[in-house]
Amino acid sequence: MAREHTYLEEEFPSPILQLWHTFKKTPVAIIGLSCYLFLVFLAVFGQFITPHSAVAIGDSLLIPPAWSDEGNLSYLLGTDDLGRDMLSRLIHGTSLTFGLSFLVVIMALVIGVVIGSISALSRGLKASFLTHFLDVILSIPSLLLAIIIVAILGPGLENILWALALVSIPQFVHVTRIAIKEEQKKGYVLIPILDGASELRVLITSIYPNIIDKIIIQATLAQSAAILDIAALGFLGLGAPIPMPEWGSMLATSLDLFYIAPWTSYFPGLAILFSVIVTNLVGEGLRHSLKTQKES
Amino acid sequence: MLTFTLRRLNLLFFTLLMLTVVSFSLSYLFPGEVITNLSGQKSPSAEQLEQLNSLYQMDSSVFHQYFAYLGQLFNGNFGISMSSQVPVSSELLTYLPSTIELCITALFIAMFIGVPLGFVAAILHNKPADKAILAFAMIGYSIPAFWLALILILIFSITLSWLPSSGQLNLLFEIEHVTGFKFIDILLSDNVDKMSAFKDAVSHIILPAMTVALAPMTLFIRLARTSMLDVLDSNYIKAAKAKGLSQSAIIYHHGIRNSLVNIIRQMGLYFANLVTIAMIVEVIFDWQGAGSWLIDSIYQRDYTAIQGGLIALAIFTFVINIFADFIYAALNPLERNRKHGA
Repeated sequence: MAREHTYLEEEFPSPILQLWHTFKKTPVAIIGLSCYLFLVFLAVFGQFITPHSAVAIGDSLLIPPAWSDEGNLSYLLGTDDLGRDMLSRLIHGTSLTFGLSFLVVIMALVIGVVIGSISALSRGLKASFLTHFLDVILSIPSLLLAIIIVAILGPGLENILWALALVSIPQFVHVTRIAIKEEQKKGYVLIPILDGASELRVLITSIYPNIIDKIIIQATLAQSAAILDIAALGFLGLGAPIPMPEWGSMLATSLDLFYIAPWTSYFPGLAILFSVIVTNLVGEGLRHSLKTQKES
Repeated sequence: MLTFTLRRLNLLFFTLLMLTVVSFSLSYLFPGEVITNLSGQKSPSAEQLEQLNSLYQMDSSVFHQYFAYLGQLFNGNFGISMSSQVPVSSELLTYLPSTIELCITALFIAMFIGVPLGFVAAILHNKPADKAILAFAMIGYSIPAFWLALILILIFSITLSWLPSSGQLNLLFEIEHVTGFKFIDILLSDNVDKMSAFKDAVSHIILPAMTVALAPMTLFIRLARTSMLDVLDSNYIKAAKAKGLSQSAIIYHHGIRNSLVNIIRQMGLYFANLVTIAMIVEVIFDWQGAGSWLIDSIYQRDYTAIQGGLIALAIFTFVINIFADFIYAALNPLERNRKHGA
């Protein structure tokens, strides 16, 4: 095919930019991404924009949501049995459940990618030990492992962070290792090595930019699992302490009110569902655009 | 097949060894005295302490301690539960069967609904039905199991009052504990109306099993869909088309059989996920299983029970894993020996 612009320099976008160009063509993925950014915004600035305090006890108890007959417009989603505004608690809870999952994923990602790279570059006994050890950990139910780590460290938000990060590391190691092994077989990695570049340098300058999309997709998967796990631990009473508006523990405290005030259970559950769906939508969109890129 | 079996058993052996190392080191990691965590004796007398110390070889090196612990495990001695002072092994025998019952039922529900749905989605690829099934899979995967359990209880137990909301069997039926599996116990018992007891047990298992099954079901949908799409894209399907077979004959004779093989391979991997969900669901539905027992023992800081529960649940997942591997190898000659592929 004849080139139209023979003398103009052709620009090839980096793999991550290419991914973005395909990604923004799917409307559902963009909706997911905007909702995701909205959640990130709430997680960061949520505590400044809540209409009421999330922990202060009020005197209007168990007001139903504003659209029912006994509702009160100043408490849009109603109040719980201690008179705390549900909407404020949900907004504040974003930084606990969603924000914490974000931290979990970043920690697991950094450690997992480092271990994965070491395991991909090493050969022989060390590599085979690492893979087998990982297989064992991957086959233990993740929440069970997290619960046991919490049992060692004691309940509390910070310990949950450590437990869940530790639990999600093996998946990142697995994904990184396989992706690096795959890239190492390709020609563009061989050329700099023939030129005398060290393996570490090739890894950083050539391989990482080409596998980062796979790692991001794994990160979205890990985040949706982390949100569910944080909420589950909170629900079991092993997570955030009671007054904190973590979505899972809000759901657990609302269990006694389930018959008289069902909205106290509906909304935290819906919030968890919403954030997990949004995270999955972003991940699904990324995976889809990666697939279309490969096919084109 | 022999080498395959040996390799799998080898893997199982090392996995279990690693698991016992983890479980042994837990007694060092948990707060409190090591010997108390290992044996579960809360306040042993001087004689008992001496006896336990010699049993677990506490005065020799960590290696000897580990092997002594391993020996005790092989004798079926998991220590005694710190809170109830009953041997952990006997508690496990009471509680584990109900968990196995729930998990297996959920697995079958997930497979029998998820796999056909996935096939339908693949056959109607990129049609509205495919998109609807995918959307269902996405939502089902994202629903937190404990919330789904509440919603199901609200709909089916409270509003419609069709199904009971907790427990395994109506207390009116006095079923003797023989195997621990409620359904088998009912069939073995002779002093009750078997038919109505059986019906009652079925009505109790429906809600928890559906809750546990939903998330794995969505995974099966996606897996079956990808697997079927891959198969439909392969050359032997094109050959079958060229031969003049009808679409339904192709799917029935070639598509379903070949894609089922891949699904069984992944089944084991999803089982860990299923057991995790079952643990939480057991708590909500007051199901007397190993999951709710384990979570209860965490509340009570019953460290021997936690170790025993970890070992039991992990072995259960491994065994299902290995079992799935064997079925896969039996169905797929390529896995047994490379030569079959040539």
